[in-house]
Amino acid sequence: MICQECNQRPATLHFTKVVNGEKAEFHLCEKCAQEKGEMFMLGSGSGFSINNLLAGLLNIQPAFQGSGQDPFQQEKVLQCEQCSLTFQQFIKVGRFGCASCYETFKDQLNPILRRLHSGNSSHSGKIPARIGGTIHLRRNIDDLKNHLKEMISKEEFERAAELRDEIRKLERQLNADQKGGE
Amino acid sequence: MSLERFINQAISSWMSAEGPDSDIVLSSRIRLARNIKQYKFPTLFSNEEAEAVIEKIKARVEHSSFSKLGEMELLLMHNLQPLQKRVLMEKHLISPHLAENSTHGACLLSENEEVSIMINEEDHIRIQCLFPGFQLSEALNMANEIDDWLEEEADYAFDEDIGFLTSCPTNVGTGLRASVMMHLPGLVLTQQMNRIIPAINQLGLVVRGIYGEGSEALGNIFQVSNQITLGKSEEDIAEDLKSVVSQLISQERSAREALAKTSNIQLEDRVFRSYGVLSNSRIIESKEAAQCLSDVRLGIDMKYIKNISKNILNELMILTQPGFLQQYAGGQLRPHERDIRRASLIRERLKMEDQELGG
Repeated sequence: MICQECNQRPATLHFTKVVNGEKAEFHLCEKCAQEKGEMFMLGSGSGFSINNLLAGLLNIQPAFQGSGQDPFQQEKVLQCEQCSLTFQQFIKVGRFGCASCYETFKDQLNPILRRLHSGNSSHSGKIPARIGGTIHLRRNIDDLKNHLKEMISKEEFERAAELRDEIRKLERQLNADQKGGE
Repeated sequence: MSLERFINQAISSWMSAEGPDSDIVLSSRIRLARNIKQYKFPTLFSNEEAEAVIEKIKARVEHSSFSKLGEMELLLMHNLQPLQKRVLMEKHLISPHLAENSTHGACLLSENEEVSIMINEEDHIRIQCLFPGFQLSEALNMANEIDDWLEEEADYAFDEDIGFLTSCPTNVGTGLRASVMMHLPGLVLTQQMNRIIPAINQLGLVVRGIYGEGSEALGNIFQVSNQITLGKSEEDIAEDLKSVVSQLISQERSAREALAKTSNIQLEDRVFRSYGVLSNSRIIESKEAAQCLSDVRLGIDMKYIKNISKNILNELMILTQPGFLQQYAGGQLRPHERDIRRASLIRERLKMEDQELGG
């Protein structure tokens, strides 16, 4: 099929627009689609972003496709206690209502995060100094433990012994911190 | 107001052509998204909570200012005219979202406009550092310091497993978006961008036109940024972007060399034609202006044009946007009137160059 806009390039984008029940079909090539898309975007006033695409992405999560198809089946509504956002609402807007939402929707969220962040689902960056508390220390210990395993497998026992002592020291510190905090 | 004074007031330090690799990299930007634990996110928060967020930041600034930045100015969005907001947006100091949608938005600006802290945008706090040239690590360090300074007073929404919690799950983790704005006429002219963009996408980075999402690359200016915010450390994200940008810089340089070798006279012709258009036209649309400015900037970098300062592209790309044109005109302009204004502003600005050199 040839693009209906330029009548030159092959159409690669096909979509149907329904406005007030009026159906219109579009077949555009990539270039014209971009130009047209720009027009639409200017009209709506906001840019077209990955964030806007998110709602669409969430909707095709296979886990949720079943829901809503059977009106007689009582569905448990998942809702955040803190801000009363429901999961359905989240799917619609693609934004959470508060920090607790992450806990409430944890099970649903994990596959989404993996999808958005190429397979990653755990943070390995900055930890805030004040509220981070013992996280720093614990993460440090984990790192050293991994390092220790590596050294043992390389049979560098002298270095491994040093690491072991360092880990012990940090663990004592961690215990003290945790007791102090209670 | 004279054009010279207007420009002096209008340009921020990131628009100057100073900075490493500034022949190709126009600016480096770091953005950190943060939220305060006890308040609902901006999509759902109450008016009281919104006010409380602003108060919190205000208190922080009043208690102890961040010495590196000097005086910070707090701008409340509802106190600004639409045109003022538009100008801040065109200078990339606030986002379109903050300018248009937020009811309780505010922005804390540093004097040199390198740092802007947006309040109640999509997240409670968005720290932005915008540096001239290729200075991603410098911008990241600055953003981190500001982050630590704010954290002394605010309890951030943070989860041990998934990091900083943001309104949109695309920002969760580090909340970091690092981006670099590049002028790549050589790669466009040699038709290499179409090949390069998909390759960059595969590395988890995004390439866009100058005005953020969805816009085409006006004036051969591209923005390269990270997409993934979770699972990598801030430093790794910045390093990955830096290594791709470094490669783009060297590819752009070799494309320019190749162009000079194979089609020197054609390129020179193109540069001077564009210069002619800019210095003579009476009506010019933004698209054409952007293309011509890009050609002239390339001509300056490649030493075809010697008597024009380098930052003319950076400056005029900003100043010829609708908001600025209307501010300079002192009132609303229809699109057709803008094109006339744009042409005259560019002509005047080019004349200033002649005078500076003459005098």
